[in-house]
Amino acid sequence: MRYAETGFNLEVDLTRGNIEKVATDPRDTELYLGGLGTNAKILWDRVGPEVEAFSPDNLLIFGAGLLCGTPATGCNRTIVTTISPQTKLMVFSMMGGFWAPELKYAGYDKVILRGKSPDLVYLYINNDKVEIRDASHLSGKGAIETGEILKKELNESKAQVAAIGMAGENRVYYASIEQGRSSASRGGIGAVMGDKGVKAIVVRGTKDINVADPEKYIELCNEVLEYIKFREENPIPGVMAILSRLGSPQEMAVHDEKWHTENFSWGNSRTRRKDFWTEEVATEWKETLESARTRLISCYNCPMKCGATLSLPGLPTYMMKCFTKLTYTMGAFSNLEFGLRIAQKATEYGLDGYSTPQVMAFALELLEDGILTDKDFPEMPADTEGRFYYLLDKIVRREGIGDTLANGTHWAAKEIGNGAEEYAHNNIKKVEQLPLKLFMMNPIYYLMYCTGEKMNITQIEGQFPQAPFPKREHREKFVKDWFQVPDEKFKQYFLDWEMRGEENVTPFYPTVEMTCEIVDWQEKMHYIDDALGMCAGLSSFHLKPPYHMHNFPKFITAGAGLEMDQDKLTKAAKRYRTLVRANNIRRGMRRKDEVPPADHWKKRFPELEKELLDTYYQYKGWNNDGIPTKESLHELGLDYVAEDFVKRGILTDGEDSPFEDTSSEEAMAEKEKK
Amino acid sequence: MTVDKIDEKKKIIKTIKIDVDKCNGCRACEVICSAFHAAPKYSSNNPARSRIRIIRDPLRDIYVPVYAGEYTVAECAGRDKYTIDGKEYDECSFCRASCPSRDEFKEPDSGLPLKCDMCEGEEEPLCVKWCLHDALILEEREEEMEEEVEQEDLEIGLESLADKYGMDKIMDAVVRMNEKD
Repeated sequence: MRYAETGFNLEVDLTRGNIEKVATDPRDTELYLGGLGTNAKILWDRVGPEVEAFSPDNLLIFGAGLLCGTPATGCNRTIVTTISPQTKLMVFSMMGGFWAPELKYAGYDKVILRGKSPDLVYLYINNDKVEIRDASHLSGKGAIETGEILKKELNESKAQVAAIGMAGENRVYYASIEQGRSSASRGGIGAVMGDKGVKAIVVRGTKDINVADPEKYIELCNEVLEYIKFREENPIPGVMAILSRLGSPQEMAVHDEKWHTENFSWGNSRTRRKDFWTEEVATEWKETLESARTRLISCYNCPMKCGATLSLPGLPTYMMKCFTKLTYTMGAFSNLEFGLRIAQKATEYGLDGYSTPQVMAFALELLEDGILTDKDFPEMPADTEGRFYYLLDKIVRREGIGDTLANGTHWAAKEIGNGAEEYAHNNIKKVEQLPLKLFMMNPIYYLMYCTGEKMNITQIEGQFPQAPFPKREHREKFVKDWFQVPDEKFKQYFLDWEMRGEENVTPFYPTVEMTCEIVDWQEKMHYIDDALGMCAGLSSFHLKPPYHMHNFPKFITAGAGLEMDQDKLTKAAKRYRTLVRANNIRRGMRRKDEVPPADHWKKRFPELEKELLDTYYQYKGWNNDGIPTKESLHELGLDYVAEDFVKRGILTDGEDSPFEDTSSEEAMAEKEKK
Repeated sequence: MTVDKIDEKKKIIKTIKIDVDKCNGCRACEVICSAFHAAPKYSSNNPARSRIRIIRDPLRDIYVPVYAGEYTVAECAGRDKYTIDGKEYDECSFCRASCPSRDEFKEPDSGLPLKCDMCEGEEEPLCVKWCLHDALILEEREEEMEEEVEQEDLEIGLESLADKYGMDKIMDAVVRMNEKD
């Protein structure tokens, strides 16, 4: 018997219209856990570097985390993996909500889509009954609207629906997959779904999920719940509000946006507005949010209320969470009312809330600076808000300039040329980032921005405080009940971190070695979450989270019945993290791609940065070009990767020296033009 | 609501107070309910076996936790829709019955009816414990047993039956029921 997982994947060949229920190998669970881990393995095995995002040979994998569907609080994430049209690398975007547990209850751990359907279809999974059905009547419909129509049509009010909007259908490179109150947004996975001709996946399941050691498992779950209560009653002092409490940043609950509006940049991530947050703005925005918000809501089996239902006069109700609240507002230099209104449209279109406003602000900046002209924007309104609506429609329909902009700032800039590339300034690995522009380079963040393969800083940060506390006594108090650290040394690192003075200050403290250890720990916790399906809001994103390196192995043992301890879990996480990198290395990613957004920090330290990256690569078992070495691959049982690398000339047979890079960004771009 | 007898005169009434305004729709109550009632206890979970269900329609802001009550053979002849605070609640939204008209409160494979037992043996029903937002609150109160009143009820009932069927038939029925026992 399989525990926590179902032991079956659903393989759907859209070209032939064939559906198979395939038993999975329990040894893969031991090696790669599940969710992201096993997704990465499948992608490695079946999607070679020659396969492009919009090839029928690309796979779109919906993987439920290993512990999804068990009573573990907050474990509800679907990890969607494919080749991204935007980065041309492996992408794994995640969504919370209710979809992954429902898939488990239907009897599957993953849905794997391959091929392309000639006509628009949707997939209907109801326990053992799985059908590919005609979706021509849903063409052009909104993502949320589609879910509602299908539930009604099928008379399945309890079904969960993951759907794309018009953006996905038209293969916008930053199209999302929406699912009620959650979405998998980054990297254009919605475009891949649209390319495959799949409008939605409807799931309904009424089967059991078993755990291996019931008494122990429920005890662990109860401990977590108790600790969540404790943390809710005892927010962490001395850190910004969004880090003091668990959950995704509580953007739907808070009114005070002084910090975001004055510290993040407006427009195309350019302008800081130091005195923006006046009493007048505060009152107006509070009224906007309160009149729009009907209820704070949660994902499956989680007490945190990170999302909200929003109803604005004259618009259909929709759901939102986190920072999309402000991205449109700030991109357009407007107010919250505008931001919430346009986000409703963008959610139905199925678009990433980080990239979309930035692409539109980028276009308007190009117009302002004469790189684009009025001719590129026929009949565009004069006001910025009107222009945002105009551009939104052009992008999702790929009309006129919208067709260029639909590829994101990186590719649009390349196509527009004439200096436009300077304007796509806020990306890592071609993906638009949060509009943060800071003064002094921070070594921890430097490594995270450079080497993160989730292309999103919030998906690698967490665990360790972002900044030192001013007084030692505060630091002493902080470390007192910091039992989550995997090693006591991290407490000392924090205790000795000074805010001012000559010694132990940023950027030369934490030292290079300490920085490597901290970043590795932070990243590891995210990767564990992504295999188990755990929400980062109760885990890796937070200081002092309920889930950590000490109870995760127990959860896996009692839940999935795998003998697990801290070392084994560390090794497993390292194994599939390396496999993610291996997928990307095989697709041409190298050290030169591992840079922070160009203007993220004003004050840079090139020598220190080089030393950081050199040391971190070594720490990770990668060579100086960021390629996992044969030795480290062997240690992780990934000899098959090493063999592939040698065969492709990525590693040489004799030693682990980097091979001359032929698949650079430029070469890729050349290929693109052809 | 269930009733525990403590002595001849008093009983404890357990009530779960449901505050639909506080429900965040997470369904933790369904998760823990189905896990507790699995055999062996906690060995599996499956909200489709839960004895509490959230009637849930986020876009219309409808969140109604409902507990499984009695099994009924026949569905209601007429069904009602309620509008409360401008929100229309579907027929059956507030009904606790395991009933042929819907698949709530039935074992998914056998179709056998489910009924809430307030998690017998636990300090409090586990759905209450797992609801951190107090949408579900357990209330216990003692009540005097009013036997006389019950007697009165019985006599009123019998009288109406006697009026309808005649005293003889009632006596015959009582004798027959006695023999069966």
